[in-house]
Amino acid sequence: MTDMTQPVLSVRGVGKVFPGVKALQGVDFDLAAGEIHALLGENGAGKSTLIKVITGVHPRDEGEVLLEGRAIEPEHPGDAQSLGISTVFQEVNLIPTLSVAENLMLERQVRRGGLIAWKRTAAQAKEALKTLGLEIDVNRALGSYSVAVQQLVAIARAVSLDARVLILDEPTASLDSDEIQTLFRIMRELKAKGLGIIFVTHFLDQVYALTDRITVLRNGRRVGTFVTAELNRVDLINQMLGRELAEISAHRRQDSECFAGISHRIRIEGLGRKRVLNPVSLDLSGGEILGLTGLLGSGRTELCELIFGARKADSGRVLLDGEPVSLRSPRHAIRAGFGLCPEDRKQDGIVAELSVRENIMLALQGRRGWLRPIPRGEQQTLADEMIAALGIATPDSEKPVGQLSGGNQQKVVLARWLVSKPVFLLLDEPTRGIDVGAHADIIQLIKTLCSEGLALLVASSELEEIVAFADRVAVMRDRDKVSELSGESITQDNIIEAIAQ
Amino acid sequence: MTSLHTRSGASAQRRFGVPEALMQRQWFAPLGALLLIVLCMGVVSPDFLSIRFVDGHLYGSLVDVVHRGSSAALVAVGMAIVIGTRGIDLSVGSVIAISGAVLAVLIRDTELPPWLILLAAVGSGVLCGLWNGVLVAYLDIQPIISTLILMVAGRGIAQMITGGQIVTFHGEFFEAIGSGYLLGIPWRVLIAAAVILLLWLTMRKTALGLFVEAVGGNARASRLAGIDSRGITLLAYVISGICSAVAGIIIAADIRGADANNAGLWLELDAILAVVLGGAALMGGRFYLGATVIGVLIIQSLTTGILLSGLPTQYTLVVKAGVVLLVLLMQVPGFRRSMAALLRRRQHES
Repeated sequence: MTDMTQPVLSVRGVGKVFPGVKALQGVDFDLAAGEIHALLGENGAGKSTLIKVITGVHPRDEGEVLLEGRAIEPEHPGDAQSLGISTVFQEVNLIPTLSVAENLMLERQVRRGGLIAWKRTAAQAKEALKTLGLEIDVNRALGSYSVAVQQLVAIARAVSLDARVLILDEPTASLDSDEIQTLFRIMRELKAKGLGIIFVTHFLDQVYALTDRITVLRNGRRVGTFVTAELNRVDLINQMLGRELAEISAHRRQDSECFAGISHRIRIEGLGRKRVLNPVSLDLSGGEILGLTGLLGSGRTELCELIFGARKADSGRVLLDGEPVSLRSPRHAIRAGFGLCPEDRKQDGIVAELSVRENIMLALQGRRGWLRPIPRGEQQTLADEMIAALGIATPDSEKPVGQLSGGNQQKVVLARWLVSKPVFLLLDEPTRGIDVGAHADIIQLIKTLCSEGLALLVASSELEEIVAFADRVAVMRDRDKVSELSGESITQDNIIEAIAQ
Repeated sequence: MTSLHTRSGASAQRRFGVPEALMQRQWFAPLGALLLIVLCMGVVSPDFLSIRFVDGHLYGSLVDVVHRGSSAALVAVGMAIVIGTRGIDLSVGSVIAISGAVLAVLIRDTELPPWLILLAAVGSGVLCGLWNGVLVAYLDIQPIISTLILMVAGRGIAQMITGGQIVTFHGEFFEAIGSGYLLGIPWRVLIAAAVILLLWLTMRKTALGLFVEAVGGNARASRLAGIDSRGITLLAYVISGICSAVAGIIIAADIRGADANNAGLWLELDAILAVVLGGAALMGGRFYLGATVIGVLIIQSLTTGILLSGLPTQYTLVVKAGVVLLVLLMQVPGFRRSMAALLRRRQHES
């Protein structure tokens, strides 16, 4: 099955330097045909950079890349694709305004007498999707489908291109569990056909379910390559972090002292909106962490948006210390001391062109208004403090946020709220797309905040995480709150039971 | 995107003996281009560089460049802020016509004190800006369409105000604005400089500039960070309206009349070009007022310089376009890097 003697792709001593950061240093990497190879590491470990070097997005500074023993120099992803290396990037890079068929068959449309035979092109596209178990109208615009479908179309395009190597950069981040199973089935089929697959993910479950070998990167260097079956989870995490993981397993019991905050600071009464969320009531005390969980589409994100005024509620209200809070817009919610780290940090979180410092200042400055600017010195101090406290990997505070890695962008958004000292913070999927190390940092930070009296609502689909730190858990299903668990009853089994009822 | 001022590639430039900190400033490239152009013009026609002091006034081509550039600079800084919000304002020329028409008609037909007439003219700019801003920010109509409406309708409105005539007027106060001097410096230059300085202070010494750039960079995220993104967008168009109205006053005062058809015609294109020459991206997220003013001076000194050089007038536009293209290329980081690499190779070979 896994043929180690003749790697289909091999990377030798590759190095890449960005201004101020050594992104890759002497990285070796082998991919066998018929192998699913996990590429793991923290944010900024160099996974994305390695992939971009292999596919020619970035030119490498040193080392070589061999495809079936021959050195290759792809100049852009299209180049790499014609050589047989297909990539599905984290962000779907198709054209949303074109139809599914057009996207799928771009540059490869069926031609007849020099003109494009649209019907046959569409038929072929339909066929290609069918093999992935996806039956949709291929003549509709790609953008009208969910991100999950778009992702599958991207994968269909990648594998229909005669690929010998398929690179999947966090393909599951936006998929629900059914879609993930479809994807896994497809990956196994492709593997059986002899494709080498590089699989980047943050979900360790998926690594163990699917992969043959694991290569771990840390700070731009390769830590090691392991056979998946021979490396247990704790060892793997240790390899990724390079430190013992005492803090990750720190248990809820120990911080029950932070529960001593003011009780019932936040009261949510029948908050809802037609066709979006059935009225939900919740209580939160200062210093308490309320977990909000449920499947994709169960109303988690919607509840957060209603509480924050990002969407208008048509019923119910929110009280802070007994006083109703105006939720006309996020600005009003922020004035009351609310904060929201949105799920989609690219769309709703960062302003890519602005610097790390400016992004961190945004909410605090927004609350002060434009007439009272925060003095530059103070901005610098706050930004530097946050960069140090959250371990944001950036050469300096003036770097545009768009140039940081995803996990670091998330930390910047978090920092934005921390400097504004909220009384009630909503975190929507705070650890999505974030590696284990930043994960631990963020959870640690959440606990510290909470011991300072902050009321915290964390929406997450990762049960393990919710069980690890929440004092209480509200379970959502079909746009409705179906259950509330607290204390000893917070277990993954109980939550799953509540969702499944 | 806005990587026009990227930090990378700075090491390659250090060899030219310019401090790196200076190279990184946004205005460095445009200013360099401006100096180069002025220098070239000076070589072609030495007269271009001479400045004389006659009758208590400054005279010379360079003074003329600043003099003529003042109204365009006003329009361009307003445009820069609108572009910073990821918008565009095509109606600036029409706003110039409207404010000029208001000014001329009020001077001709009423006995109002000059300050009130000025206020009315500026007020017409505020109204135009509000109109644009409401369409863009609150009705979510694309900026290019929203402002196109006023671009077309505005000249009509101006004609309605003037009754379809070119309205001329007399009055010491307004003639001074158009062609008077204070301490040897033209009034219009002083007015433009004062407005631009005030705008710069408002943008950079308060948090307004940050908000404009945040809204232009990502309006959704800005709203979720508690910034009134609609309000900021509206304000940007109002500012642009005011800037154009002041430019309209200067232009009307200069010719002592209001020409609804031709005042500020095509000025929106020069203004957009100046903003881009100043290194801003039309995708919004960053704006540079100082660099935009330099952009205006580049365009103006090209126009004046080519005229002076004795080049047949039919070549003027093409030469101007060529130089503008070159300046823009100088700001593309990739182009700069490969030019630096080429230079390095040359030096190694020699």
